[in-house]
Amino acid sequence: MIVIRPLITLLLVLVTVTVQVGLFTKLSIAGVVPDLALLLVVAAAIVRGPAYGTVLGLFAGLAVDLAPPADGIAGRWALALALAGWLAGQARGGARQPAVATVATVAVSSLAATSVYALSGLVLSEPGIDVASTLEVLPIALLYDVAITPLVVPLAMLVWRWLDPTPVRW
Amino acid sequence: MSLLRSPSRGAATSLVRPIKLNRTTRSRARTGQPLGPDRDQNRHTRTALAISVLIALTLMAVDATGRPDSAVEPLRIGAAEVFGPLEAGADAAVRPVTDLASLLVGSRDLQADNTRLTDENAGLRAELATGEVDRNRLAEYDALAGITDRTGFKLVNAQVVAIGPAQAFRRTVTINAGTAEGVKTDRTVVNGAGLVGRVLRAGRHTATVLLVIDAGSVVGGRLDRSMELGFLRGNGSLGADGRLVLDLVDPDSVPVNGDTIVTWGSRGGSPYVPGVPVGTVREVQAKAGDQSVTATVEPFADMTSLDVVGVVTGTRQPRGTSGGAVGGAQ
Repeated sequence: MIVIRPLITLLLVLVTVTVQVGLFTKLSIAGVVPDLALLLVVAAAIVRGPAYGTVLGLFAGLAVDLAPPADGIAGRWALALALAGWLAGQARGGARQPAVATVATVAVSSLAATSVYALSGLVLSEPGIDVASTLEVLPIALLYDVAITPLVVPLAMLVWRWLDPTPVRW
Repeated sequence: MSLLRSPSRGAATSLVRPIKLNRTTRSRARTGQPLGPDRDQNRHTRTALAISVLIALTLMAVDATGRPDSAVEPLRIGAAEVFGPLEAGADAAVRPVTDLASLLVGSRDLQADNTRLTDENAGLRAELATGEVDRNRLAEYDALAGITDRTGFKLVNAQVVAIGPAQAFRRTVTINAGTAEGVKTDRTVVNGAGLVGRVLRAGRHTATVLLVIDAGSVVGGRLDRSMELGFLRGNGSLGADGRLVLDLVDPDSVPVNGDTIVTWGSRGGSPYVPGVPVGTVREVQAKAGDQSVTATVEPFADMTSLDVVGVVTGTRQPRGTSGGAVGGAQ
């Protein structure tokens, strides 16, 4: 299990990011795709706690940063998803939290992640980012993430629980 | 570790333990932690957060200062080798469905064109220059521009397999041709209608293309009517209204609505070969403060429905006299 668990985690991240970049671009709304990596991280944070959520967020974010056709300065999604994982872990109400709480957690995390990514781009004066385009993208991203939450997050939570059924010790 | 057993264990944990503990520890009730001393839990979280933020910030600093050859670039290329084929595979898997959908909803002509082009170039090495659509259109615009002999581009055919999301604020796409097919960094990418962009980086079988409408894209352009030179910058628009803004080198020259713009061409044809149609002038505005004007250019290539593209890998008959000797574009 020592070897298999990280392998499955890696596989999950690979598949999630591929589906997000490769398939959901065909289902984009005004160019915005749902942040599946974020949903994976939030589900992990709810099941496993903020520390795990943060670390998984870092790696999943790094994958989003580096997977083509991304060309932004690397580390920005990593920062955004790590913070989102931490946030979701802090806000969680335990494994039995009601669905409404999960949706609210996703909404807050999505808003935080997209904002952190955009803000870091503004600070680093990346091309194409301004307040107007950020405000245009934020609500669509938020709604799309929330809309797809019932399809993704319960499944992801189940997988995380299956992956490590032992109770979280920290 | 079976799928059947584990949920019951998880449920037992969440059902019994938190309730027991929550009654005794107020903070645990608040955060809903099932087990473990709070101090350890908080310390772990703080450490994880600090290290993660530090790693992310370090990466950002390294990548931001060293572009385009930063220390992160090998990681990017490595990621391209992993995710590129995965994206291409995912795209190929759903293409029958999306094709069917676009066949039902969209233009049948375009679909037929794409299919024919794809078939024509099944060997991937085939030259799109011989494909009728591109040849005809290039010839047409060349005639318009009065620029001769732009007919010898060797093209590698590719399909767009992934598109950068709006959340990334960049206009980039992944195509399913890479170094193995002859695609290299800073090669011109075109489609049947006109200029699409340039190759940012190439993996073995996939490459990332920066579209001309990206806010970071600059292309040297030439007005067909007056032969005036200028720079075309993408407006970075995330929706369908992707436009280019033209700044003319000569402030006295005034573009006219309907003027066609072709690429000016860079030294050695990289990143942009000369004579590729870019777009049409749609609007001319006077710049505040000085006499010069800027023009808004609508690109010929529809950036929202990119599918089959060609990457220029060379010219069949190298000509030393291409207009690119004057200068180039980023």
